[in-house]
Amino acid sequence: MTERLGIVTSGSLEKGVEVKLDRPVSVEDMAVGRYVTVEGQKRRFFGMITDISLGVTDPRLAITPPDVSDDFIAEVLAGTATYGTLRVMPYLTIGGDAASMLEGPQPVKTVPSHFSVVNLASQRDVELVFGREDERRFYLGTPLDMETKICLNLEELVKRSNGVFGKSGTGKTFLTRILLIGMLQKSTAVNLLFDMHSEYGWAGSSEGGRVVKSLKQLFPSSVAVFTLDEESSRRRKVSTDFVVRIGYDEIEPEDVTLLRQTLNLTEPAVEAVYQLRRRLGKNWLQSTLDLRESEEAKELLRELNIHESTFQNLLRGLQTIGRLPFLVPQAPDNPVKSALDYLDRGINVVLEFGRYTDITAYVLVANLLTRRIHAQYRDRMERAMGEAGARPRPLVITIEEAHKFLNPEVSSQTIFGTIAREMRKYNVTLLVIDQRPSGIDSEVMSQMGTKIACLLDNERDIDSVLAGVSGKSELKSVLARLESRQQALIFGHALPMPVVIKTREYGSVRSYKELTSGEGPETKEQAEKDIEELWG
Amino acid sequence: MSTSTHPDRVGEVIAASTTDFVAQCYELYQSPPLGSLVKTRDGSVELYGVVYNATTTSLEPGRRPIARGKDEASEEGIYRQSPQLMKLFRSEFSTLVVGHRQDDRLYHYLPPKPARIHGFVYLCPPAEVKDFSQSFDFLNILISNPLPISNDELVAAVLRQMSQAYEDQHDFLVAAARELAILLSGQLSQLKAILGRIRP
Repeated sequence: MTERLGIVTSGSLEKGVEVKLDRPVSVEDMAVGRYVTVEGQKRRFFGMITDISLGVTDPRLAITPPDVSDDFIAEVLAGTATYGTLRVMPYLTIGGDAASMLEGPQPVKTVPSHFSVVNLASQRDVELVFGREDERRFYLGTPLDMETKICLNLEELVKRSNGVFGKSGTGKTFLTRILLIGMLQKSTAVNLLFDMHSEYGWAGSSEGGRVVKSLKQLFPSSVAVFTLDEESSRRRKVSTDFVVRIGYDEIEPEDVTLLRQTLNLTEPAVEAVYQLRRRLGKNWLQSTLDLRESEEAKELLRELNIHESTFQNLLRGLQTIGRLPFLVPQAPDNPVKSALDYLDRGINVVLEFGRYTDITAYVLVANLLTRRIHAQYRDRMERAMGEAGARPRPLVITIEEAHKFLNPEVSSQTIFGTIAREMRKYNVTLLVIDQRPSGIDSEVMSQMGTKIACLLDNERDIDSVLAGVSGKSELKSVLARLESRQQALIFGHALPMPVVIKTREYGSVRSYKELTSGEGPETKEQAEKDIEELWG
Repeated sequence: MSTSTHPDRVGEVIAASTTDFVAQCYELYQSPPLGSLVKTRDGSVELYGVVYNATTTSLEPGRRPIARGKDEASEEGIYRQSPQLMKLFRSEFSTLVVGHRQDDRLYHYLPPKPARIHGFVYLCPPAEVKDFSQSFDFLNILISNPLPISNDELVAAVLRQMSQAYEDQHDFLVAAARELAILLSGQLSQLKAILGRIRP
């Protein structure tokens, strides 16, 4: 089915082409973000509607409008003296000859000629561009007003760091959950997820308060839930696999640097941490907290040239850390080793924070664990390169509130900044979830492979998400007009062209069944049992 | 003089040029309505024109009629009292050539040669009007020719007349008006004037 919309009248590669709508087509039926095909003389173009406008042949018509209550006049003027225009950004092209048909869609390097016919893209066109669901492509959602499945090549996706952005309540969490399930099924990568609000591991809730199942319930054999807050997990009836306890001796000065803003530490106080570490050794935190008003302590501070007020400032900050209940002087197990064990077996790890949702705990733990795991990966990767042995499994680290780790002030110091920049050299990439992308260092943003943007309405956030993308201003209007739920603009490395999708359903029994259908028989049975339970 | 030979015969060409021709009616006051489609023949070529002007004048130029009805009760009475009056005046109509038919093909532009003097002029029947108005290319001629009457009036009259040949007059007028909207895209006031005159 082809639906003719109009013809190309002008335009440029940079700004997109102008399309005059045919008379029977109403501007009110159009929508930004929708796909069209342009039948050029030698090639076909795929593009997206990025703007819709109204035109008049005579500017006086706008100054002295005709009597539109008269049906006759309105009928005559519509499509002749007054008409609708679309701005279409061409993204891909496919040549007419057999060789280029085999090559598939290529990025555009030119625009369609004058008066080329513009049609609404058909299901087949979309399939041709995005591919069908297969062992590497994962069905993420449907384009606007279409039934076709938009599939994301997850093998490609995890090769780069990626970001999910959007205002609070726009469906970031749901989208991320779907994405994680996709990675779990269709890629070789494993996930380490720092789950600030405990909504990815066992169960989460929708905006309406409905409880939805999360990863562990759907894929019990391939997800392990770690928790920082055993009590909270028990109350929520989550079956946890590991309780994380962190010893004082595992905290490094770098961890404190990252918390400078949250702990309100001064610059000299952060400097002092490094001095204390050097002086007091591995157990510096405990030792520093133990320093009391003794002569000995004063002597030490004098020796290290640390001012009394600086020390008090530092002490207050360290005491905040020390009060975190999951920090213990001596940790019984090594959470890093345990997490790596699971990850090596291909089991995804979700770390729940339970009640410790304050940013101090989150930043501290995420940074601490990631740094150690990354170091392990680097060692293994280097060994693998040297001996041409097995490389470690690709790891995706998922963090929320990413601007706390990746803001311009700290991104150069944190491990996350390093991971985002060095990309997949060591087989570790990031999945960043954030609602204020403008807070993230632009250097890090530029390294993101694929960006998934839900509705954003702050100008700076939109700018930072779209930085460096060609046709930025066109995508901007698409992004600002997404619906507030279940819609997202996806663009970047894993996709041939930007796409606006309506995210696939998540939360119903049927959706669970569809999502888990790639899994073993065990989960299928589970889904069937669910259905039975539901319908009695 | 009688028109019994053909019911649609309305007159005879008495002056002609490439762009228009003037015909005299056989009966006084029997000129076809403003905007009607008429035709005349020149050998194998049929010329189509639309009536843009009609006049009734004294047979002798310069001789003006005088008022006669002072003692008559009705206007018809004047003609009854002086039957010679019917022979002292004549009615003429002017037509603008808008197209021609040659070898059974219609062309909506000027014919190679003007009409012949004494060529018979016929009013086109509805079927022929429909046939001719399948294309609106003739509208351009109506709009662009300098005429003694306003072009807007003529265009409106022609479309009104033509629409009578159609069962669905509204559809015809909308289609014609859309063509006009494109032709007159820069002349909004003219377009508005015509639309106001053809609104069904």
